[in-house]
Amino acid sequence: MLPKDDLNIITKEMGREPNLVEQGCFLNLWSEHCSYRSSAPLLRTFTTTGDRVIIGPGDDAAIVSIGDGWVLAIGMESHNHPSYVDPYNGSATGVGGIVRDIISMGARPIALMDPLYFGPLDSPKNLYLFEHIIEGIAGYGNCIGVPVVRGETFFDKSYSGNPLVNVVCIGLAREENVVTACAQKAGNKVILMGSTTGRDGLGGASFASRDLSESAEAEDRPSIQVGDPFTEKLVIEATLEVIKKGYVKACRDLGAAGLAGASSEMASKGKLGIHIIADNVILRETNMTPYEILIAESQERMVLEVEPGDVDAVFEIAKKYDLNVSVIGELTERKYYTVEFKGEIVADMPIMFLNEGAPTFERPSEEPKPREIGEKPALPADLKQAVLDVLSSHNVASKDWIYRQYDHEVQVRTVVKPGEDAGVLRITDTTGLALSCGCNPRHTLLDPYKGAKGTIYENAMNLAVKGARGVAIVDCLNFGNPERPDIYWQFKHGILGLGDGARELEIPVVGGNVSLYNESGEFNTAILPTPSIGMVGVVDDINIAPSATFVNEGDTVIFIGDIRDELGGSEYYSIIDKGTTGHVPTVPDNASEIVDKVIDVVRSGKITAAHDVSLGGLAVALCEMCGTKGAQVDVSAIGGDLRADDVLFSESQACAILTTSEPNAVLAMLKDVSATVIGTVGGDSIKISSNGIEISLSHDEISWARSSLTRLMME
Amino acid sequence: MKIAIIQFGGSNCDLDVLHVLQDVVGVDAELVWYKEENLNQYDGAIIPGGFSYGDYLRAGAIAARTPIMDAVKKMASEGKPVMGICNGFQILAESGLLDGALTTNKYPKFRCESTYLKVENTDTPFTSRFKKGEIVSIPIAHMEGNFYADENTLARLNENEQVVFRYADINGNVTDDVNPNGSQENIAGIVNANAKRNVIGLMPHPERASEAILRSNDGIKMFQSMVDHISKK
Repeated sequence: MLPKDDLNIITKEMGREPNLVEQGCFLNLWSEHCSYRSSAPLLRTFTTTGDRVIIGPGDDAAIVSIGDGWVLAIGMESHNHPSYVDPYNGSATGVGGIVRDIISMGARPIALMDPLYFGPLDSPKNLYLFEHIIEGIAGYGNCIGVPVVRGETFFDKSYSGNPLVNVVCIGLAREENVVTACAQKAGNKVILMGSTTGRDGLGGASFASRDLSESAEAEDRPSIQVGDPFTEKLVIEATLEVIKKGYVKACRDLGAAGLAGASSEMASKGKLGIHIIADNVILRETNMTPYEILIAESQERMVLEVEPGDVDAVFEIAKKYDLNVSVIGELTERKYYTVEFKGEIVADMPIMFLNEGAPTFERPSEEPKPREIGEKPALPADLKQAVLDVLSSHNVASKDWIYRQYDHEVQVRTVVKPGEDAGVLRITDTTGLALSCGCNPRHTLLDPYKGAKGTIYENAMNLAVKGARGVAIVDCLNFGNPERPDIYWQFKHGILGLGDGARELEIPVVGGNVSLYNESGEFNTAILPTPSIGMVGVVDDINIAPSATFVNEGDTVIFIGDIRDELGGSEYYSIIDKGTTGHVPTVPDNASEIVDKVIDVVRSGKITAAHDVSLGGLAVALCEMCGTKGAQVDVSAIGGDLRADDVLFSESQACAILTTSEPNAVLAMLKDVSATVIGTVGGDSIKISSNGIEISLSHDEISWARSSLTRLMME
Repeated sequence: MKIAIIQFGGSNCDLDVLHVLQDVVGVDAELVWYKEENLNQYDGAIIPGGFSYGDYLRAGAIAARTPIMDAVKKMASEGKPVMGICNGFQILAESGLLDGALTTNKYPKFRCESTYLKVENTDTPFTSRFKKGEIVSIPIAHMEGNFYADENTLARLNENEQVVFRYADINGNVTDDVNPNGSQENIAGIVNANAKRNVIGLMPHPERASEAILRSNDGIKMFQSMVDHISKK
């Protein structure tokens, strides 16, 4: 049902009460999901432009130049609510949707990333959601041949009953092949190509804008789309072929709000109207009403604007790929969204108003009471055990059980495979992309601004250790119910933190998605604020990407940055149940300079191994670098007179570990930032000394601890 | 010389194989859509990996029954080399050009990782550039790669030296620990019974191990061997 206020506004504008079909269109297109009603004013604070940005937010995906005529199409989406109700199909169609956003720009999808957030795996239901959400991503992504090259998996009890499934997709195109969703000319035909249309996914857009109650699982089944990746693969090839041959003037995939959403947005972007003949939509069910035809979110469908003379050629190509295809309407000068069904006009709405008329607003926000920093816990009696506990927590542990289910090598571009700071893809023989994603929800809960800003830096450092500078950010802002002033305050300050971090690093925020109302009726909880991002960087020379693990006996180990007493929101504090105490990491003032220096020194080719310090802190980062070789380090010189646990577990921003065989040259390059020689590569264990305390972890002990998640799932 | 790369709806390693043949090996190759019924102009064929027909029904089952497979069978009967990689192996097994079946992995999930293979037979058009017993690194990516054949067939495959690759460790030990999918006797690839041994199927992806930047270029020898074989004729 349309809210009364909306109905009044619409009635006034149209001069009559909209009929039920029209009300259904407004209900879906004016939903939070489609219209960003309570987020639009905040999202406008992002810097979305830059030298490389060809198309920013607002189209199906952003277009960013990487030089030599190559452009990337980048997009990020969430599919949170459907994945809770039907984990396999929910996550699978999340992949399908974002992939179609990329192909509708004329780009071939070359990579996926999937930041995922789950409840802890100590309950059968959370295990079920975890296993099947991953299987859904694998099932869909593997079939269509797009590699998942990076991800993030984070566990917290607030995600029980409301897991988050975010997906980033990156596509590659020649600039001259880019098409947009902006309709070009009245008189041109509108073609629907792909799957048939059924009742699946009815009203998904309005469904996504609600919180989930326990009964949601049963009641909301009809709102879940079912994916068909085989057809998606055909849609990819057919769409790219019709675009490459020049037949397509505008293109949009069918996602939220189905045909009504895609076709009306395409026309209104071109300041045109559209006349749809709903009878021409090829259906897979009988007796569908015009409302159902317009709103159904059946997957694997595209709308194309084609000149009348090219219709036959497009049909030929669709036929080659065994896809359904029909002309469903025509663009018009009259700026109305008009739908004809069985000879009658069943909807006739002013199109600009339908797409852009939803009132947007800032909601009331309220800063929570200041948090008690609390007393510091005692130094753990067994520091080594504390390190092993952090290493084996599922947040920190190896995710190989997950990513080996993803075909991460298809398309033969994957130079750095999942499991490292950033995935690296080759574009040409020398150049490549580095990709990172995720955020730190616990930092963000304790301080939304600092946590969100830290998210930008952490991802930038993930790229920097591979020698890449960020060129674009996409975001997926997952928060609770915005009608709660405390949640809206988190949302607002999270956005400001992301925006400031991105501006400091001069990386434009080119697109994204907002997912609100992430609350579980079943557990009566709101999720941790989760401003997840995807960051794309350019690698000048893929042949010099340093290793993620120690390489050469005798290499010098250098720590870059500073560690402060910043255990607030850390994995360590979460494990010892001090989760709401401590100082949250603050991005240091010279953080962007540190990131720049790391990029420069890695690009010099003098770095043998490099790793970002983030979740779990320095101890975890050192252990993760222990592959076939270990190291002996003394970290006493880091952080002044901090205690050993502060130094080893604080998750301070803008820190990294580098190794080199040319320490003098490297230190000279790093002279303007804090760089500390902490030890030497050698042996097969990690020996850490800190202010008189010494611990030693063997490669086997580290591997065992890091395999905790894999062991749990393989049992 | 020209090699056909057969494309079904859902093939997704077609462009990868094309890239390796054209840009790395340097041989003429062409994508051929499955509706084509004649392959006479080609000197060999590769059926690439992917999910033909979404693996609906059974991996490879639908593709094996398309008209183009009659043309592939004709090529095979003429002694031209035919290579099936991953889904291509499944299609060749389903079409009867190769023995056995590829069933769901013992741990029933998709598995994408690097594996070591022991080269068991170098006397084939696809393995002449390897040394017998050589250990090569070629990755896998599949959910249905668990090779199964009945007892008699298995005995014949061994007797006839039709087993070309087995999963092994880096030292060449063929053990359960390094068997990624539960295949009988760690079988990763086989050739046909014909003395020419001109049809091969393997689950690992040699096209993903044909350039050093991707960590291994052991796989390129398969394509080079195939080209050598065609040139000698």
